[in-house]
Amino acid sequence: MKKTQYMIAEFENPAELLKAAEKIRDAGYKKFDCHSPFPIHGMDDAMGMKRSPLGWIVGLVAVVAVTAGVVLQWWTSSVAYPIVIAGKPFFSYQAYGPVAFAIMVLTSAFVSLFGMLALNKLPQFYHRLFDSDRFGKVTDDGFLISVEADDPQFDVKKTEDLLKQVGGKNVEIIG
Amino acid sequence: MQDYRLTDKNIIGKPALIVGVAGLALSMIGYFMDPKQFFYSYLVAYVFWTTLALGGLFFTLLHHLTGAEWSTVLRRISESVMVSFPILAVLFIPVALGMHDLYHWTHTDVVVNDKILSAKAPYLNVTFFIIRTAAYFAIWSLLSWRLHKLSLEQDSNPSPELRKKFRKISAPGMLLFAVTITFAGFDWLMSLDPHWYSTIFGVYVFGGSLLAIYSFLIIFGLMLRKRNILQDTITVEHYHDLGKFLFAFTIFWGYIGFSQYFLIWYANIPEETIWYLYRWEGSWSIITMIIVLGHFLVPFILLMPRANKRNLKFLNFMAVWIFVMHWIDIYWLVIPNLHQQGFQLSWMDLTLTLGIGGLFMYWFWRKLSANALVAINDPSLEISINFTNN
Repeated sequence: MKKTQYMIAEFENPAELLKAAEKIRDAGYKKFDCHSPFPIHGMDDAMGMKRSPLGWIVGLVAVVAVTAGVVLQWWTSSVAYPIVIAGKPFFSYQAYGPVAFAIMVLTSAFVSLFGMLALNKLPQFYHRLFDSDRFGKVTDDGFLISVEADDPQFDVKKTEDLLKQVGGKNVEIIG
Repeated sequence: MQDYRLTDKNIIGKPALIVGVAGLALSMIGYFMDPKQFFYSYLVAYVFWTTLALGGLFFTLLHHLTGAEWSTVLRRISESVMVSFPILAVLFIPVALGMHDLYHWTHTDVVVNDKILSAKAPYLNVTFFIIRTAAYFAIWSLLSWRLHKLSLEQDSNPSPELRKKFRKISAPGMLLFAVTITFAGFDWLMSLDPHWYSTIFGVYVFGGSLLAIYSFLIIFGLMLRKRNILQDTITVEHYHDLGKFLFAFTIFWGYIGFSQYFLIWYANIPEETIWYLYRWEGSWSIITMIIVLGHFLVPFILLMPRANKRNLKFLNFMAVWIFVMHWIDIYWLVIPNLHQQGFQLSWMDLTLTLGIGGLFMYWFWRKLSANALVAINDPSLEISINFTNN
């Protein structure tokens, strides 16, 4: 497995982290991430992140699921095993509504959850960043930025200077 | 600091008054030609605008009750919508005068010979009906008048105590609102067909009211924006949120409408299904399909993408669409009791809707333009203006 190198830097507080993220974004970096103990308002914009495609994926799946729900009920109640219930026609689409709806919602909920995990590459039990002792602070009071060495903009000297210039402390290379 | 006052106060006032008076005057001719049609058309128009006012009351109550911040810039507009209840109370008089034409249960000779109607008579009788309606208007007027007055007080005196007062009124106010809108729906609309009943009917009317206010806020806000009024105060972020509510309550309305239909369809009891049968007979089925598709399916799909809710031109179109659909919905609730063979539009449907709407808008504009267009001393105004959806 190819090992990615990271350069990390620590920041004082969420506001500093946000400002630093904006500057790194403006410097043209794409493969970098911000780490904090809690979500920071406006971070998506500061990092220049695109909107997640998850909504469209779920939407597409929902259309398939609702169709499948109707087809399933049509097939079971008017083709495979037709029974007259309450004198209603075999194809009683009104009655299909709630079940088709429920199938759609359930499927969409699963796709939302597992799609989110997949897009975030989770679960992931180990990450190279954990090699740094400093990185553990991120679950407590640490605000860090990590830049991947794979980023085309990456250059050991220049990136270190940039991180220091935007207020980063304790810059270190992992890996 | 801006003072948020209008420089040109004549944008809506006079034209609305002229439309209102002309509309009602024209309709008077219709009254002498066909009083029954007049009263039915009047009820459609009247309920349409009243549901908008009720939506305004709900919007304001919800704003205070939840401590919402984003909607602070819209509060003054919704407050000006809801203070129209005294006018609407006066405009109820024609409905009261037309009760004999509108409501079957007012005919004593019919009630005596009808087991069900005589059993319902302790509730459905003219005196109690008028008392109830008076009570609704007393409650709505009092709530909206108090909240509006406190809001204006805040403009000159930014006391933090006011927030508590708003909430103290809004909490019981919300409960009273829920009960009164339910029973108003029962009394004014459901009792048109006195044998029929549906316990969810009030919620259905409530769902429509909310669509009315959210679409109205979008249409009116964008009309101001076109004239460069409040264009930096009510931003695309607020319209996006209003669009979300429009979308959410489209689903809510559809959910309630379907729930009502579904149970009746399943049970298949003649005294319940008759209501839908009337709305499926002849050309009424066209209107019913227009409502199913236009009031639910089309806005449901078109309002789903985020980009559509942030596209102000498109959102404006959808708001107008839903506003019109809400009118058709009320029409569909009322008119099948008059024209059972098939739908039949009357010119009075139009003139009365414009007539009552003209007076409504005149009063709304008078209240709005007399004060600052936003609650200038609200502690969350700054937050509301700078609010974003990200």
